[in-house]
Amino acid sequence: MRKWIERHRNILDFTLSSLLRRKRKNAALVSVYTLIVFLLASVLFFASALREEASILLKEAPEMIVQKLVAGRQEPIPVAYMERIRAIRGVSSIKARLWGYYYDPVVGANYTLMVADDLDVAPGSISVGEGVSRVRLASPGETLEFRTYQGATIELEIKKTFSSESGLVSSDLVLISEDDFRKIFGTSEQYATDLAVRVRNPKELPTIALKVAEILPDTRQILREEILRTYDAIFNWRGGILLAILFGAVLAFIIFAWDKASGLSVEEKREIGILKAIGWETSDIIRMKFWEGLVVSLSSLLMGLVLAYVHVFFTSFMLFEPVLKGWAVLYPAFKITPFIDGAQVASLFFLTVVPYTVATIIPCWRAAIVDPDSVMR
Amino acid sequence: MLMRKSSLFFLCLFILTLVLGGLFTHAAHRQKTDEAPLQEKVNLVHRLGLTDLCLFTEASYTRHLSLADFHTAFQNSPMALEHFPSGSLVTHPQAAKKIYEKVD
Repeated sequence: MRKWIERHRNILDFTLSSLLRRKRKNAALVSVYTLIVFLLASVLFFASALREEASILLKEAPEMIVQKLVAGRQEPIPVAYMERIRAIRGVSSIKARLWGYYYDPVVGANYTLMVADDLDVAPGSISVGEGVSRVRLASPGETLEFRTYQGATIELEIKKTFSSESGLVSSDLVLISEDDFRKIFGTSEQYATDLAVRVRNPKELPTIALKVAEILPDTRQILREEILRTYDAIFNWRGGILLAILFGAVLAFIIFAWDKASGLSVEEKREIGILKAIGWETSDIIRMKFWEGLVVSLSSLLMGLVLAYVHVFFTSFMLFEPVLKGWAVLYPAFKITPFIDGAQVASLFFLTVVPYTVATIIPCWRAAIVDPDSVMR
Repeated sequence: MLMRKSSLFFLCLFILTLVLGGLFTHAAHRQKTDEAPLQEKVNLVHRLGLTDLCLFTEASYTRHLSLADFHTAFQNSPMALEHFPSGSLVTHPQAAKKIYEKVD
């Protein structure tokens, strides 16, 4: 065993010296490799952390949302529908939700205005999310102006701002009283934006949704399970964000590995020829190339993973921030909780280290079985 | 005495693995310290009956992904397949895909 270890260490010593002889080329190789792992790992860490957080948070979402549809568009729903839904066996509670979007021409941002039964949102006062407070430079005690549907301006006092930690759900929220909401948007008291339904037994939810669809055919029912699946799909590897970035990175890696697999440089072939001429066996050369692949890929993988973690969880996904912000004026400044596990690291290992190491061995084996004299010529 | 190159390599590998291990520990620690803010968010979602995360605020169908309706995909003009960058990052809401079975 000791002899075997010593033999491999000697080969590794030689491999490292050989890599150091081509310092610049190999440094460039490790940098590109690290960058690819960094990109892949950043997206993977970010998406899985958000997916985990979304699944925890949205488990508390209403079990069913009932919207009214008119000509394919969502319209305010009559409050009278509540009684008909409440009469369905299994429905434990139903609440009319009043919410909408408000465009603030001062900063060019859209807020989500929502009515809440809260002591902090008595008529004349509001609670705002961290994002609203940030873009309007407004803090509790100050007032924000809102333009009503009739063109009049009303001033509402900020009673409370939500913490930046809750930005992922509340950044653009403005909690407002029902009176003020109706004053701004002019919605009649007989209408709400949608209805939030809670049921006694979640297993009965599909049946209840079918009954709602039957008695109120002009409505659309959105189940909590579908909400959860929507977010799971976004942050899934097949989802938009991941696919967009992964595709580029994986393609770069394929080109990179293909370049390695398609052949060795003249210099490398000559080196193999010389080694064979001085008595190295084909198996020793394959071992050397195996170590070469492992040195490059393992160091790049570890460096890429560390950099990706720092990027996602210490700098809040700084490099990809412009992609996420898009054209939005108001965007949440949130710190995501790192939900990472060994499976993510293992999948990156099998996606990068294994194919690269194999790709370096194959051309070397092809060169090693050729006559050393013909390789050196 | 000069260190063997292989020893130096294993040392570097060990340090990098140690750093990675440290980051895993950091992740576990953050999960614990973030429990209170997470609970605050969970309470807010429950109390207000929120249905979506505030990730993209540029368009209604990306702000409230799960409530987006069937007809917003093409927006307002024939050439405007997608107005907003975030619209191309997210997938179609699951609720828009379902078809309820007929009840007897």
